[in-house]
Amino acid sequence: MMSGSSGRQRRGVTLAVLACAIAFPFLASGYHLYQGAQVLILAIALLGLNLLTGFNGQISLGHGAFFAIGGYGAAILTEKFGVAYWAAIPIASLVCFGAGFLFGFPALRFGGLYLALATFALAVATPQILSYKGFDAWTGGSQGVLLAKPHAPFGLLTADQWIYLVCLFCAAVLYWAARNLATGRIGRALIAIRDQPIAAETMGVNAALYKTTCFGVSALYAGVAGGLSAIAVGFVSPESFGLSLSLSFLVGIVVGGLASLGGVLFGALFIEFVPNLADQLSVNFGESAKALPGAIYGLLLILIMAAMPTGVAGALRFAARLAAAPGARSS
Amino acid sequence: MFMELAEAKAGTADQSVDPHVSALLAVEGVTMRFGGVTALEDVSFVVAKGAICGLIGPNGAGKTTLFNCISRLYVPHAGAIRFDGNPLASFARHEIASLGIARTFQNVALFATMTTRDNVRVGAHALARGGFLSSALAFPLAGREELRVAERADALIEEFGLNGVADRPAGELPFGVRKRVELARALAIRPKLLLLDEPAAGLNHEEVDALGAEIRAIRDRRGVAILLVEHHMNLVMRVSDQVVALDFGRVIANGSPEAVRANPDVVRAYLGSAG
Repeated sequence: MMSGSSGRQRRGVTLAVLACAIAFPFLASGYHLYQGAQVLILAIALLGLNLLTGFNGQISLGHGAFFAIGGYGAAILTEKFGVAYWAAIPIASLVCFGAGFLFGFPALRFGGLYLALATFALAVATPQILSYKGFDAWTGGSQGVLLAKPHAPFGLLTADQWIYLVCLFCAAVLYWAARNLATGRIGRALIAIRDQPIAAETMGVNAALYKTTCFGVSALYAGVAGGLSAIAVGFVSPESFGLSLSLSFLVGIVVGGLASLGGVLFGALFIEFVPNLADQLSVNFGESAKALPGAIYGLLLILIMAAMPTGVAGALRFAARLAAAPGARSS
Repeated sequence: MFMELAEAKAGTADQSVDPHVSALLAVEGVTMRFGGVTALEDVSFVVAKGAICGLIGPNGAGKTTLFNCISRLYVPHAGAIRFDGNPLASFARHEIASLGIARTFQNVALFATMTTRDNVRVGAHALARGGFLSSALAFPLAGREELRVAERADALIEEFGLNGVADRPAGELPFGVRKRVELARALAIRPKLLLLDEPAAGLNHEEVDALGAEIRAIRDRRGVAILLVEHHMNLVMRVSDQVVALDFGRVIANGSPEAVRANPDVVRAYLGSAG
């Protein structure tokens, strides 16, 4: 897997994607730039969830909650305490790490579907906690909090370009860190815990510590994404962090490919664009077809999973293997 | 479970009189119950450094339960297990590997989605210390440790003739090969004691012969003590320096292979459970 040629290939693809991503803000503008930033933000959240669910096997249906803590954390720090956005996002993310790490302890007691239910409860509770009257002074209740858009330093770029590049920088750094984790000692231990928890422990893997820390790291990624989202959108409110957000993250990692870090880009593109695509397609069926966007989205999701059961990343790997050596199976 | 651990081992501090100074593993009066069933009752025996000890007994005699006690998966209700003089109960489950105890599993517990190479690297997990931060940010420490783990794994892959399957997912390999991978993985931390849970199960005659030679070679090359649970009586008698026979959770014989084979209780236990 890490052998020379495939490692070089991966580096080549990574650099090409990065080059396109850097060029993008100077070619696109306006709404497209905003969408580009959204894809990067979603990709960051998916990286974190994939470390937890794909690599470590802990299902979370509640990562929207950590996304919300990151978003509200950044909003409250910048608007109520005057903290600069570049400091607010890391602080809010560390809070998310703490929250995720602590949530990791009860998670140790739940396996599989029970953990899914516990995190589901988290996702259901989040919007209501955020609009709770007692927190109005900070959270603005159901109105939410408005954020000022940060300006590019020295006025060289537009605010939209700058926000996009900040998101790209965070996504690149976090991708690099996730890849370091995944391909090294920690990643092997996380997979070992997922595949054979008892054998992993007899090999000296501290499963409880790794699982809770993994939960924390995963929440940290969601927190960075939430903080960036608050700044990119310029607004946080309870209904932006509902159950559908948490579910869309899970859709994203499955469509992209479980335990595939590159796959999160496809997952993010899917969550960002396919609902819109479904909307546009449904327009063709006339005004009366109000329920159709959801139905078309569902149909597209089923078709994609039928065609690529291991996600886009799995399908690409399969295609690459076919292209590289037709008929020559390694012994 | 952690409460039980604390209770069970609170009162074992009498290191004053230890008759087995050269003993690597000392099982002392171990009793283990599951509900109303007593799986192990007052089991005591000693394994010397570098010895091969066969553990035999009919199905349900408590062999695997004892294994699980030694690898800290279970905490005995009474008695103590000492390794190198340390009471095992004062260590957490994941600390046992660093003490120098490694094991294989009856049903081969490989990490199926990982390559052979990565499986063996997980075996060497306890040789490194770096955590999430040093790994995520690629600190020099993480790189150095990674290199050391990689070298260790590659040496074992070479030694066990696994080069051809090093980059294949372990779940795709044939059963016999998976057992070799598991053996290589267990040896990755340079254990002082290797626990083999039915290594001959599912192997054919020639493979069993080869396995016997291999077990002795592993011991001779590394000086590692081996505790071997096995149904294959010929294999046990051929490779062991010492044999311990269990029946209904009790030790019924303990001694040289010849003495245990001739022991009337052992003969009766096996005839009584023929099948």
